[in-house]
Parts: sequence; structure tokens; C-alpha cells
Amino acid sequence: MSEQFEPVIIGFTCNWCSYRAADLAGTARIKYPPNVRLIRLMCSGRLDPTFVLKALASGADGVMITGCHPGECHYLEQNYKAMRRYLLLRRTLEQMGIEPERVKLVWASAAEGVRLAQEITHMVEEIRALGPLHWPTWPDGGSRRLKAEVQPELEEVAA
Amino acid sequence: MERIGVYVCHCGTNIAGTVDVEGVARWAESLPGVVVARDYKFMCSSSGQELIEEDIKELGLTRVVVAACSPHMHEPTFRRACERAGLNPYLFEMANIREHCSWTTNDKAAATEKAKAMISGAVRRVALHQPLEPMLAPINPNTLVVGGGIAGIQTALEIADAGHHVYLVEREPSIGGHMAQFDKTFPTLDCSACILTPKMVSVGQHPNITLLSWSEVENVDGYVGSFKARVRKRARYVNEELCTGCGICVEKCPWKVTDDVFEAGFAKRKVIYMPFPQAVPKYPVLDRPNCVYFKKGTCKACQKFCPTGAIDFEQQDQILELEVGNIILATGYDLFDCRRIPQYQYGRLDNVFTSLEFERMSNAAGTTAGRIVLRDGKTEPKSVAIVHCVGSRDENYNPYCSAICCMASLKFAHLVKEKTGAEVYNFYIDIRAYHKGYEEFYHRLLEEGVHFIRGKVAEITDVARLPGEEGKLIVQAEDTLLGKQRRVPVDMVLLAAALEPRRDAKETAKLFGISCSADRWFIEKHPKLDPVATMTEGVFVAGCAQGPKDIPASVVQGAAAAARVLGRIQQREIALEPIRASINQDQCSGCRICNNLCPFNAILFHEDRMVSEVNPALCQGCGTCVAACPAGAIAGTGFSNEQILAQIEGLLLLHIGNGRKVTEAREAVPA
Repeated sequence: MSEQFEPVIIGFTCNWCSYRAADLAGTARIKYPPNVRLIRLMCSGRLDPTFVLKALASGADGVMITGCHPGECHYLEQNYKAMRRYLLLRRTLEQMGIEPERVKLVWASAAEGVRLAQEITHMVEEIRALGPLHWPTWPDGGSRRLKAEVQPELEEVAA
Repeated sequence: MERIGVYVCHCGTNIAGTVDVEGVARWAESLPGVVVARDYKFMCSSSGQELIEEDIKELGLTRVVVAACSPHMHEPTFRRACERAGLNPYLFEMANIREHCSWTTNDKAAATEKAKAMISGAVRRVALHQPLEPMLAPINPNTLVVGGGIAGIQTALEIADAGHHVYLVEREPSIGGHMAQFDKTFPTLDCSACILTPKMVSVGQHPNITLLSWSEVENVDGYVGSFKARVRKRARYVNEELCTGCGICVEKCPWKVTDDVFEAGFAKRKVIYMPFPQAVPKYPVLDRPNCVYFKKGTCKACQKFCPTGAIDFEQQDQILELEVGNIILATGYDLFDCRRIPQYQYGRLDNVFTSLEFERMSNAAGTTAGRIVLRDGKTEPKSVAIVHCVGSRDENYNPYCSAICCMASLKFAHLVKEKTGAEVYNFYIDIRAYHKGYEEFYHRLLEEGVHFIRGKVAEITDVARLPGEEGKLIVQAEDTLLGKQRRVPVDMVLLAAALEPRRDAKETAKLFGISCSADRWFIEKHPKLDPVATMTEGVFVAGCAQGPKDIPASVVQGAAAAARVLGRIQQREIALEPIRASINQDQCSGCRICNNLCPFNAILFHEDRMVSEVNPALCQGCGTCVAACPAGAIAGTGFSNEQILAQIEGLLLLHIGNGRKVTEAREAVPA
């Protein structure tokens, strides 16, 4: 087994488009890396930016937000609201010292199984290149990678 | 603590071939709250469902997770199983380890790991589920059918005959659609009008059908059971109450324009016109942009001669508000514009015709009275080439097969042969004659001496290179059976143009809240098992709007859509997913951020109490307001913050089995 870094990506999908695109990709047996784990929402507009932060804080290396193409939202225009939040969220992440490329917004209609699979493949490669996310956490908070690295720094601060 | 049961489906080898289902089930047993985890060959089978039911009863399960296929496939099945065992059906969650996992990778270890993560996400989520009751929405028995082609006509008649009211909205002056333009229908060669017009007349006279031609749907509000549609009934400038349909106005109108719609640009029509003699409704339409009275203020010939005084130049568009329970879209197709293939020279070489032009030419009611002649209007062709797949099965235009062109081309070949005795050359890629009587028709054509050349036409030209080509159209193609280039000189070329989605298909889809495929055809709910419903409850599709199909298939789909709607009407009410937002009035700070986020105007603001409230009848459950509320006062039923956060945690449970890390666990799983 290769030693390359396998990122974990959480994907938020819209019930009406991208979730079905993922279903379609599966039905058509289109292969993509198994690093992505999808969560179904009713609409990309349901995406509370907290979900993204929660995912990154809980160990995800990247988050993919997917929704209907602009102008094709099942709820008329809520994907635009998702887009606004996404743009703001990227700036926030940057200020927190997290590469904004770790969060990506992808439009995929219910018919675009191939496209979604390509986007996932692409994003896994990108995140793999970025390496693991160094999310700063308290040592007792269950950080999976940083415990050893963070501990001495904290001691320094305490001293 | 909840008592959770986890059921991992093998789905034959669909899941078990890639995911170690036994291992996953054993592992799931160790998850907090899980009291039983089983794997089974087919969870959706009745014995699989009984397994769940027995466990609920005997082990006192309070939550159920099934790891199997997409919830769009079997969520209702397992919810019903829970309900039968006395568990609220919403205390159930599905992990989609087939479409989203086993089918997307060949890496067994990784698929197993992913399946575990998905199940752990579902287990954490389901623990926070709340029992819910489906919302019941009453079904208005009136139905809106959009599009009056053969599919829409069939749908409207089926519903109306069953005793329910139908509003049939048609954009053109008459119903009939493309079928009304055709001459004969394959493979039986019945006259198209002879079989269609009786149905059109039934629509026109049916007491349960309100026919709104020359009308368009402008806006749709509401949801299944109670849609509100705003229809613009354009001014015909003819008073329908006074008009007898005598046609004197058409006769007396001194002005003619090219008829691009019904006659496919092949003939002229008057400025006040009926598209064809059997038009339903029988009232003419005045083409305002071309009317000399509207342009210059004089003429009024139609008004002068109308015996009943029905011409009304002051008529205005009418806006109608229709209340309907279900909507059926049968908006049809547009023909591929053959000018887009420059090497076929349509529009530049006179004697290159489209299939629709040929239909009008061959039709006894058309301008040539059914004679097959060249563009000069008199010369009969001695040789005719028919080019198949023009704009279909072609990566440059449309990758799909238009389904009807092979048979239509065979029909053209027969008609040409029968009427002129000309030599006919069919240039085809493959002959697709797949329905009842179609293959037999193909064989009949072979016996009639029609030539079939297997090859895609490269070029149609009038530049003669060889003796015998002067004054002819030369069709060049590689005959793939002979492995040779062929140049066939002919007098006339017919292009079997592709069927394309309506040019405004995307706007129509948006108007009715449904989606289009990449090719812009409307997407059905399931390509095999639910071919007439859409993702949007209460909106159905029929006919070519959903994809290319011939007349029998359009009729079948029209009738099927009607059956679906009639079932709904019969039930009187429909159970809807209780996914709605609700505002905790005690937590609401009255900031009104949510108010403008709702496109359905479902959020009311109480000025007196300074709090917002969601109207559950208008709320569609998208959850945008839930995500936006700074006070966290809005709860999203079925998709609450707690549920989603728990699912995220579960999905990222990276230390699996005995505290080992993912990568180690991966190696341990047998490949």
C-alpha cells in the first residue's frame, strides 16, 4: 500500500441536483476516489457555514459544497445565497490561516454524474497536494495529527 | 439512550462485491447505541423487511439505520417497514453505500472504510431524529396540461373522460402540434390528420376541457395539490363568442406572409389565419406584427367582410389565474436547424429539403397538393437521397439518437417511390426499427427497391466532377459496407433532421421547478420506473419534452401521466415530507434577516410582537433561513443543525476498530 496522504473530504449535496448526480455516477459505475463522504441537505442554501468549520475541525481536510447551477435552484434562488456564504467563508478561512482552496463550491445538475465525479477526483488531487489540514486544537480535543506538535508550543505559551 | 438497529445490505454482489458487509456489520455493533447490526442479502426483500420489523418488536429498537442503496430508491420501503412494526417512520435513516460507495470504486478496502464512515454518520444522525407526521395536502381535482400536441391531447382527454376538469394551454393558435403537420404515419401509413383530428375535435367539444390556445403560462406558484398558474391568453383580435369560423376574413385578407410555423416556411398564409383547415379551436388569429391595419392604420378588410362582426381590433391580452392540483408538461420538441451543418447546404441549394418541409409537400392539404416536386414547384425528381441522422448521433450537434428519423426516412422513401417512381437512396448509420411492425416496414422498403447505403454523408454539393453529375446534387459518403467513397447524383435531398428540446426548454423547466438533462430534455423522476413523474411533486412530463419519441410512445406517456394524476385526484390528498422550518418565538430576536431570504414568502413578521413566524403551508423546506438565523431560533425539521453536525462527526470518525488509525485498519481488511 502506498504511503501517500489520503485526504478526507466532506461533501454537502443538494437533494435535487448533486445528490442525484452522485447517485447517477454510481448507477453508471463511474469511478472516483473514495475519499469523499457526502451529506444530503435539501438545498445548498441550508448550508450553515458552521457545518464547514465543524467538518474541518473534526478532521476533514477539505469540504465540497455542491448545488444546482445558478438559475436552476429547486427553491428558485437559494443557491445564490449558498454562493454568498461560500465567498464570505473563504475569506474567513483565510483569516484563520486555512487555505481557502480547502473549501470548494461546485455546481452539478442531476444529470451531471460524470462532471461531479470529475470534480471530486480533481479536488482529492488538489487537497492531496495541499497536505493534511493543520487545524489548531487543544490537545485534549481529539486532534488526530497535531497533538505532539501543539503540545510543546502550548507549554511555551504557558511558561 | 436510543436502541439502534443497523442493517447492512449485500444487494447481491452490488454492495457485497466491493464492501466487506459482514465486517462492516460486526464493526457497527460496537458503535454507541447500536444494539443489533446485521447483514442480509437483500434488505428490500420481504424477508429483509421482516428482519427489521421483528427486531423492532423483539429488541425494542427505537431507531433504524439501513445501509443499502440511495434513499431515493428504497427510503419509502424501509420507512413503511418501521411503521408496520409500530416505529415512527422518520426515526429511520439510510446510508447510501451502493450508489455513493460500492459502485464508485474498485478498491475494496477503501470502500469498506467509506461504508463504515457512512454508517457511523447515519447512526449518530438517527439518534437525534424526531418522530414526525407527514403533512397532508388536499389535491385540487383540476389539472393543467401544457402543450396541445398528441401527448397533451391524449393526457387531457384521459383526465377529462374520467370526469375531472382540465385546462389545456397551447402556445399556437390551434392544438395538434407536430402531428398535425405530418402527412402519413409510419409504419401503417395511416393519414396523420385522419387519426388526429377526431381527437382534436373531442378536445374542443369536451365539457371538461377548457382549451386555451394562443396562450402561455407565465408564472406558477404553490405546490402539489394547489398550484396557481397565471396564463396569458393573447389577443386574437377575434371575438370568440361571435366568430363562427366561416373563414371569410381569411379569404378577404389581402396580405400574405410566409408561414414559418405550420408550413415550415414552405408556403404562405394570410395575415389573419387559421393554421390549417381542421384547426381547433376554429377561430382565426390576427398576426398583429404583420397586419397592415396595425402598421398603417388602414385596411380592416377582415372587419368589413365579417358577417358576425367578430373582428375586434381593440381586444387585449387576458390574464387568467388558474388553480390546479397537478400539472402535466407536454411541450414537445423543436426541429434541428439544418443550416447548422454547412456541408449539407440546406438553405443554399434549393433542392435540399428538411423532413418537415417534405411532410408539408407530401401532404395533400399542402401547397403542392401532395405532389413531390423540386423547389421550382413542377419538376418531379427522378432520384432522391434521404440523409439520416442530421444533427443526431453526431458529437458536433447532438450525441443522442432522435428515435424517429429512421422510420420517418423509410416512410419518406416509400412515399417518394409511390408518388414519383424515383430512385431513392437512404444514407444511414444504422437502421433502428425496433417497435411493433417497424422491422417489417423496413423489409417492405427493401423489397420495394429502395437503395440503402451505410455511411454518414460527408457533403452535399452541386459542383459536378464526373460525367452525369451536371445539374444534379451530388451526395458524397463513404459506403462503410463496401469500404469505398461514393458520389451519388440526385435531383432532391431530404434531411432527416434531429429532434431537439424546445429552445426555451430551460426557461420552461425553471418556471415549473423541474430540471433538464445536459441535452435540455426534461428529467423524469426515474428513467425506468417513474418515467412520467418529475422530482417536483405534482409536475409530470409526457411526450417529446422528456426525450425524442414517436407518436405511439407519446400517446402511451400522455396516458400514463394522466393515470398518475387521476390516482392523485382519487386519493383527494397527498402526504408530503414534513420537512419544514419553524421559528422558536421565544428565541427570535426579530432581526428579520430570514424574512427576505424566503423566495416563497413563507415567513411572516408580527409587528406587534416583533417576532417572525413560518407559514408551514408555504414553506418548502429548503432550510436557507435555518442556516441564516443568527439567534439559532429556526429549527429545520428532518435536517436540524444537531442532526447534521452529528452526521459530520460520525462521518469523520477516523479511529475505527480498536483505536487503530484508518490506514492501519485499511490494511487489515481482506481485499
